[in-house]
Amino acid sequence: MEVKKPSPERHPVEELTADPVIVEQVKRTIALAPLEKLLNLARANSLWPVTFGLACCAIEMMAAGGPRFDLARFGYEVFRPSPRQADVMIVAGTITKKMAPYVRRIYDQMPEPKWVVAMGSCAISGGPFVDSYSVVPGADKLLPVDVYIPGCPPRPDALIHGMLLLKEKVKNPKVVESEPWKAIK
Amino acid sequence: MESNQIIQELKDKYRSIEINKNSVTVAEEELLPLMRQLRDVYGFNYLTDETAVDYKDYFEIVYNVCRLCRGDMLMIKTKVDKEKAAVPSMFSIWPGAVWMEREIYDLMGINFTGHPDMRRILLDDNFEGHPLRKDFKWTGGREV
Repeated sequence: MEVKKPSPERHPVEELTADPVIVEQVKRTIALAPLEKLLNLARANSLWPVTFGLACCAIEMMAAGGPRFDLARFGYEVFRPSPRQADVMIVAGTITKKMAPYVRRIYDQMPEPKWVVAMGSCAISGGPFVDSYSVVPGADKLLPVDVYIPGCPPRPDALIHGMLLLKEKVKNPKVVESEPWKAIK
Repeated sequence: MESNQIIQELKDKYRSIEINKNSVTVAEEELLPLMRQLRDVYGFNYLTDETAVDYKDYFEIVYNVCRLCRGDMLMIKTKVDKEKAAVPSMFSIWPGAVWMEREIYDLMGINFTGHPDMRRILLDDNFEGHPLRKDFKWTGGREV
């Protein structure tokens, strides 16, 4: 059987009908894309962070969620109290060695796909406490971190910028894997 | 009764008392009866703070007690042998000492005899050593 290749000029619906109203409506309202891309588009625009703060960075995270900075503008305001409903973990603060197993457990309880944002110096590298006997030197010792936000603590604007970078990463995973600088606008 | 009067009265009863500028040092054997008298007779009903110091030859436990009705405060110290590192717990007199003594045990490694729950309070249970001791050596942290 001969397989018809869709021509780039002709929309597939034009093979079925010539009615200009239907063709126009279908062209206007229906977009075709690979399923994974569509899912990523949905994921990237409504990331649900887990309600989880470890130190002072959590205060800035709360400020970012509040009305002044309004993280809700981008669709990230649904802080979930259960890791099972969340898909991004904002590691906001110092991870002590005593806390480390629980951080890991909360991460493990989140369903796939999931992402991690390391917020602030402590979560990036241990920050001022890096030489301490009780602090883990960086969240990446425990978790695969997607976005690092520098600052001590970072301003809410910086957190929002970090979340927007994560959005680019979710939308373009291939680009980020090969050429990460292209994801940054 | 004023604090300095109280100290004079105690001095007559407890032989080991040394009076310093701002504090009173007492031997470990007389600590418990002295503290009980402070609470029962003089009304020092609140243990504000309990902490420990690591000196070269001995540990020192510092107790701050106060009277809530009067607002005056007394600082009592006791020396602890480094090898033995144990003192009687204040739990039977001021139950609020529980967590402060756990913290001292956690960071300084001093045992409190008669304490109901002698566990670490801040650090992980598997932690080795007591980090606020001067001889605590620790390697780790950042990668070289």
